[in-house]
Amino acid sequence: MASVDYTRAAKYFLLMDIFKGFKMGLKYLVKPKATLNYPHEKGPLSPRFRGEHALRRYPNGEERCIACKLCEAICPAQAITIDAEPREDGSRRTTRYDIDMTKCIYCGFCQEACPVDAIVEGPNFEFATETREELFYDKDKLLDNGARWEAEIARNLELDAPYR
Amino acid sequence: MAEFFTSNPLGILLTIVGQVLLIVVPLLVCLAFLLYADRKVWAAVQLRRGPNVVGVFGLLQSFADFGKYILKEVVVPAGADKFVFFLAPLMSFVLAMVAWAVIPFNDGWVLSDINVAILYVFAVSSLEVYGVIMGGWASNSKYPFLGSLRSAAQMISYEVSLGLIIIGIVISTGSMNFGDIVAAQDTGYGIFSWYWLPHFPMLFLFLISAHAETNRPPFDLPEAESELVAGYQVEYSSTPFLLFMIGEYVAIVLMCALTTTLFFGGWLSPIPGLPDGFLWFFGKCALVFFIFALTKSVVPRYRYDQLMRIGWKVFLPLSLGWVVLVAFLAKFELFGGAYARWMIGG
Repeated sequence: MASVDYTRAAKYFLLMDIFKGFKMGLKYLVKPKATLNYPHEKGPLSPRFRGEHALRRYPNGEERCIACKLCEAICPAQAITIDAEPREDGSRRTTRYDIDMTKCIYCGFCQEACPVDAIVEGPNFEFATETREELFYDKDKLLDNGARWEAEIARNLELDAPYR
Repeated sequence: MAEFFTSNPLGILLTIVGQVLLIVVPLLVCLAFLLYADRKVWAAVQLRRGPNVVGVFGLLQSFADFGKYILKEVVVPAGADKFVFFLAPLMSFVLAMVAWAVIPFNDGWVLSDINVAILYVFAVSSLEVYGVIMGGWASNSKYPFLGSLRSAAQMISYEVSLGLIIIGIVISTGSMNFGDIVAAQDTGYGIFSWYWLPHFPMLFLFLISAHAETNRPPFDLPEAESELVAGYQVEYSSTPFLLFMIGEYVAIVLMCALTTTLFFGGWLSPIPGLPDGFLWFFGKCALVFFIFALTKSVVPRYRYDQLMRIGWKVFLPLSLGWVVLVAFLAKFELFGGAYARWMIGG
């Protein structure tokens, strides 16, 4: 005859495990939350954070990008497309600077390759769109990002400079 | 004017429609906030914050979800039986709603004061399984079908013990009317005069059976995500899915109301001096719902054979034995007549 474990049976019928679980649940219910109140508060970001791309300008308003195409060459996802021709004043500028954000893997190589700190990955990570087409960034969009995030980008570059 | 609403057929119809709306609309609004509370409790136990964007503290989240559900596209599987496919969620929703006709919210606040109210609720909640079965079958897909089969077996198994538990209460009261059952619990000792004390073990059996009956975690095997994706709901989207979900939650709240009515004295005040009223009923329901929410976040899902074993080998003998015991105690009016509070025929 099989022996009966009476302690176990008693625990089973008295719902001991369930009550223990409830006690635990109630304890955790009133504990401070581990998560952030996200859209209203956000976690800290490193100055090296690689978010949405931006094309920067010099303080005098001149575009930094000189169309050297180093970023295009190094981009492992081949997300960057650049066309260039001399401007009226003879300086070498891009006529087209597209980044396909759906291809981009956010490796930051474009930023590393850039000799003039023109293309950078800013601190913005909330650029979800409703359509795929909106993620094909062109030069206007990138320059616009640069204007919008310049303060944060400049500060991040400065903070990261000693380690470069 | 008053005569129009009590004697004219059209007036009576209007009165009934008005009463129905008076129950259904506040119920659905309450449900929206209960859904929110459910998610918040679930989140809090997992140290998360839960919905926090729509409205203050995310209070309007359910309404945003509602808008999203009804704006989505209704996808009908190619091989589905269209008529049954759409009938199933409707049935689930309507049947969950009609059961509320006999629930007393306060002394006399009941849409239909029939003397077999418990049988009625039972009949309706037994029919609810058809919504699930039809949904699973009409989807013409594997997982929904498995989910609905599970659901059918589960709901039938636990209805048996649920019924037996209620029989114990009916024996004590001598009436199947919810109003009488609540009135029988009014013996003047406040919280200690309610049925949870004389029928103590059955309270837990009832709560657990109610979880199983409403496919609520930890017995949500019909929609076990890890094995059946979402069970009978897999092929549903948009409004039909919303109806299924509302039906499910209304059934859960109905079980809360039943627990309140049967074990916690409905609208009666827990402290003898305080006035009875609707707010007590509401508060008790909310408290029972909190237990449901906490269970969902604390207890892991049972395996299917465990579920069946508990239903047939533990709950059925226990509740059956309890019925016999209560009948004995009531017949000989032991424990100061705690088990024999007959409202009629006593």
